[in-house]
Amino acid sequence: MINQIIILPIILPLIFAVTMLFFWRSVAVHRYINLFGTLVSLVVSIIILVQVISEGIISLQVGSWQAPFGISIVADLLSTVMVVITAVIGFATALYSIGTIDPDREKYLYYPLLQFLLMGINGAFLTGDIFNLYVWFEVMLISSFVLLVLGGTRGQFEGAIKYVTLNLLSSAIFLAAVGILYGVAGTLNMADLARRIPFVEQKELLTVVSVLFMIAFGVKAAIFPLFFWLPASYHTPPVAVSAIFAGLLTKVGVYALIRFFTTIFVHDIGFTHNLLLISAVLTMLTGVLGAAAQSDFRKILSFHIISQIGYMILGLALFSPLAIAGAIFYIIHHIIVKTNLFFVSGVVDKMKGSFDLNKLGGVYKFYPLLGLLFLIPALSLAGIPPLSGFWAKFVVIKAGLEVQEYFVIGIALLVGLLTLFSMTKIWNEVFWKDDPRGYENHLDESYKQITSTKKYLVIAPIVFLALITIIIGFYAEPFFKYANDAAEQLINSSVYINSVLGMR
Amino acid sequence: MMFSVILSTASRYLLPLLLIFSFFLLLRGHNEPGGGFVGGLVAAAAYALYFIANGVYEAEKLLKAEPIKIISLGLLIAILSTIPSIIIGQNFMTGVWLDINFPVIGKIGTPLFFDVGVYLLVLGITLKIIFSLAEEDK
Repeated sequence: MINQIIILPIILPLIFAVTMLFFWRSVAVHRYINLFGTLVSLVVSIIILVQVISEGIISLQVGSWQAPFGISIVADLLSTVMVVITAVIGFATALYSIGTIDPDREKYLYYPLLQFLLMGINGAFLTGDIFNLYVWFEVMLISSFVLLVLGGTRGQFEGAIKYVTLNLLSSAIFLAAVGILYGVAGTLNMADLARRIPFVEQKELLTVVSVLFMIAFGVKAAIFPLFFWLPASYHTPPVAVSAIFAGLLTKVGVYALIRFFTTIFVHDIGFTHNLLLISAVLTMLTGVLGAAAQSDFRKILSFHIISQIGYMILGLALFSPLAIAGAIFYIIHHIIVKTNLFFVSGVVDKMKGSFDLNKLGGVYKFYPLLGLLFLIPALSLAGIPPLSGFWAKFVVIKAGLEVQEYFVIGIALLVGLLTLFSMTKIWNEVFWKDDPRGYENHLDESYKQITSTKKYLVIAPIVFLALITIIIGFYAEPFFKYANDAAEQLINSSVYINSVLGMR
Repeated sequence: MMFSVILSTASRYLLPLLLIFSFFLLLRGHNEPGGGFVGGLVAAAAYALYFIANGVYEAEKLLKAEPIKIISLGLLIAILSTIPSIIIGQNFMTGVWLDINFPVIGKIGTPLFFDVGVYLLVLGITLKIIFSLAEEDK
């Protein structure tokens, strides 16, 4: 009976979204329901995590159709951890949105869309069926399309066209790959696939399918050379939307890559994982070099998403238990940190009315605490000890040394250094140098009208996420242990297979 | 928009017929071709025909409820239809059927309610799209 609880992260956001639709005229009700909803989701996801840690993988056959014929919902350690992080970011974004989203967007169902987005993300993490994964990707993408254009400014549409086109293309490739895979293996249940793939005779066709999946998820994860939509679109919507996109959406792609290339496609590691390795190195490099050329706060951060995705893919491509644990740890750390950096960029924009580094300055002089709140995630992103990013990079690099990929490790270290350079650039331009308009405290006119309650609501999630970064940094041991356990579950897929296909 | 007496008169007679047909499709579903999705589309087509003949204000007046309310109601019914499976201790979304046969409707179970939810959702969302486009036209 207890296994029914794992459907809740998917169904709760739907319930809250529908409740909001019933009160669709009253925006104030939306805010409270949204905040309450994300809090409930957070509590539920933590309960599930405790269950999964104590009892192992929990699976549920929806509608009592036996696996592999029906749809399986599976909560293993990786899925559950992702669901918990999603809930944390959902809660932080709910707080931040109340403080920053304008009434027009709120009126056009911003909050229900946020819940639908969370539903799609949780669904993608929890499903154990590839076609169902496709459906959750669509739920997530359609909500994100609307969130991206909500408000309808010129820049938003420009970004959305690129985002929508490339993501639809990737969905089409995904669907084609699903079709071929079903033809080759005769099943789409992930556990069943993991069991059957070693016995499939057409190994070449299987490799082709795996590359098709790599392209489809690669677009979503923004790996080289498929990342172009990301820096073209992520700086256009309101900051709360950019932040939740930056934190979660690409990571769903990374999650899918990790799931597919550890549990399912391990028949030709020499080819597929080498391809991933090359892509990871180029992703890291192009991302960080792209960031160095930018002078817009959010564009720099967007390019850094790409370079950090490279580290995660690197962990997957090295394909040792330690490396995959490193990739998982990296995802946890990166979601928290990147969302937080976007939040800070939004606060600076509210104060100074710009994201352009050339027009900004002097924030540290009048708001030293905000400077500190920027430094924590920024240094963590660059990998300065003892913050969370240091441990994440450390584990991936240590795993690389173990398998003697010295060239790749050299690149990874160089990219870390360049990341620090970018973060220093933001620090210098936004916080340290004087405001180009003079020595006084120049504030945007609209900032003076923001009530102090709203200001607290905006600062609260930043402090909350910064605290989590520090906790992960100082108490890395338990986090790493669970990342390690999750990697174990992925590599020894027999536990996963038995849990889903039932030896109950 | 051009006003046509023939279409306007015809639509008044066709509307109830099409709605009955949509209910028929809804109830026929599950084991035979039909179901909530097709039924909802036919019902939406009925209102769309009425709107083409008589204009968007008449159609909205006839519908009485706002499309978004119909959408929400549909989603709510679909969610509620999953609860009985949990109550009797089965897996989530397992179909729960009553053993009694009703005249016309046949067996009643949670999949029927789920289909009713889909029916309302499809009806609501199609009408929302049609009405929004029509209002923009003015």
